[in-house]
Amino acid sequence: MRVSLRSAAAWVAAHPILCFVAFFAVFPFLVPYKALATQVLIFGLFALGFNLLYGYTGLLSFGHAAYYGLGAYGTGIALAKLQVGSLWGGLAAGLALAGLGGAVIGFFCLRRRGIYFAMLTLAFAQLLYFIGFHLAEVTGGDDGLRGIPLHPLTLPGVSVPLDAVLPFYYFTLVLVALAFAGLKRILDSPFGTVLQAIRENPARATACGYDVNRVKWLSFVFSAVFCGLAGALDALRLSVVPIESLFWTTSGQVVMMTLLGGAGTFFGPFVGAATFLVLEDRLAVFTESWPLVIGGIFVLFVLFLPRGIWGTLTGGLHGR
Amino acid sequence: MPDASALAAQVFTGLVIGGILVLLAIGLSLIFGLMTVVNFAHGSFYMLGAYFGVFLLGLTGNFWLSLVLTPLMVGTIGVLVERFLIRRLYGRSIDDPLLLTFALSLVMVETVRLVWGRIGLALDPPRVLAGAADLGFMYFPVYRLFVIAVTAAVLVGLWLFLHRTSVGLIIRAGSRDALMTRALGVDLGRIWLLVFAIGTGIAGLAGILAGPMRGVYAEMGVTIVIECFVVVVVGGMGSLLGAVLSGLLIGQVVGLTTFFAPKLAEIAVFIVMAVVLLVRPSGLFGEAGLME
Repeated sequence: MRVSLRSAAAWVAAHPILCFVAFFAVFPFLVPYKALATQVLIFGLFALGFNLLYGYTGLLSFGHAAYYGLGAYGTGIALAKLQVGSLWGGLAAGLALAGLGGAVIGFFCLRRRGIYFAMLTLAFAQLLYFIGFHLAEVTGGDDGLRGIPLHPLTLPGVSVPLDAVLPFYYFTLVLVALAFAGLKRILDSPFGTVLQAIRENPARATACGYDVNRVKWLSFVFSAVFCGLAGALDALRLSVVPIESLFWTTSGQVVMMTLLGGAGTFFGPFVGAATFLVLEDRLAVFTESWPLVIGGIFVLFVLFLPRGIWGTLTGGLHGR
Repeated sequence: MPDASALAAQVFTGLVIGGILVLLAIGLSLIFGLMTVVNFAHGSFYMLGAYFGVFLLGLTGNFWLSLVLTPLMVGTIGVLVERFLIRRLYGRSIDDPLLLTFALSLVMVETVRLVWGRIGLALDPPRVLAGAADLGFMYFPVYRLFVIAVTAAVLVGLWLFLHRTSVGLIIRAGSRDALMTRALGVDLGRIWLLVFAIGTGIAGLAGILAGPMRGVYAEMGVTIVIECFVVVVVGGMGSLLGAVLSGLLIGQVVGLTTFFAPKLAEIAVFIVMAVVLLVRPSGLFGEAGLME
């Protein structure tokens, strides 16, 4: 059983994008309701962005709500407040804001190494939360940013309305698959190799002549852009940006999803997002205290399964 | 022009806010200095202190007894957490204890909600400490003066413990060089337990002290632990003097911005942090040994 699982996993690892698209093409029909599938894709993308920084570069951020939130607010503000008339314009605004936020905050956080980094990312995310909270004229403050229109998808010659669940799901799938391919491209490039060298041994990477701090910063910015896309898509999905998108609980969720699935593995973030969201969905039916169960499970994972579900199944190369 | 006595009152309020932050930050810093564990759940031990305070006060009706018992109870839970959870992670990545204590704080918050409900509780200070004292130039709540006094007493006690006892000497040595301390035949495992107990116990004390001023609710711990992270980043992790001074500084920043620009109070803390990072990346008191 274990051997066949492994060889299956090896085949999957050899054709990641194909398998990804094939699996997620039927995914909406496997989950309790279709909207949950969209949520899994979006949070999987969020975890994918986080995983680039934690799983592949070895930097634990506890403030990735910031880039998810910036992506969501960037798109939301462009569409709802600035009356940008196209879907693409809205998405671009979200990506730009998240990338800019990642560039600035990354610069500050990377001034400190190790454990300070986690605390600083958390602190800066909390700063953005308070700014979002008090800047109610722009962000809607405590009530959230409401009334984000979902414009039809326009490509040369065609215009497709996205307001039904399945069209929006497949639109999301295309963008997430592109992001997924983009991540693969980054990791397979020389730059990606340097990232993993930094994770394994920063001192040695420095000694090899790499500008470690610049590479880390770039990884931070890429990570922020992926997370920003997730936030932007979620703003479109919900047509509202709740203030909690910037709150530390959102940062905590993405950390848990990534580790449950398997940090530093390619599919781990999506496995983790699916596990987390399906678990949350099922548990919430029985008890209001579902975070207790998820928190308990996460404690057990940190103690006994640090490689996460996918990492354990595939016998990942390193135990994070 | 804001009048002087209101400003003075705000400086004292800042001192109270800073005092609570200092009590938490020294525990955080002490635990990190000795064990390189960033205890995300530190705020949840603070929250637990406030709830235990309410519970014990209801049980005994005696505030002073509750004030003594609460840190002991919270410290006991801290001991269990160190012994059975965190200890398994020594030797693994420095991120793992942070991840574990993060999940632990979720579990603690949710457990408290199950036991005491989702609505905040009130914690009444004893009658002796009610009302306001006339300081000559202004009136100030007696209870807040009491909090300042307790904070000062704890700091003096902790300093004496670390500098005038042989256990304190071992703690200081252990945070300088754990390997060498062990080589000299010291059982650091017991010292870890002790330091975790002290750190979480003081956090519990801060919780019961803060309860009467801020109310008791399950989320109180997480907001404050983030502020404490700012305090240790500004002060320099592992430096107790840094934690104390930077805690008082952040307290004043919060107190004074609340006075002059209330909307900016929460934001100002982070701006101070960003400026310190730009000017002195290693914090005001560097990251040298424990007692620098």
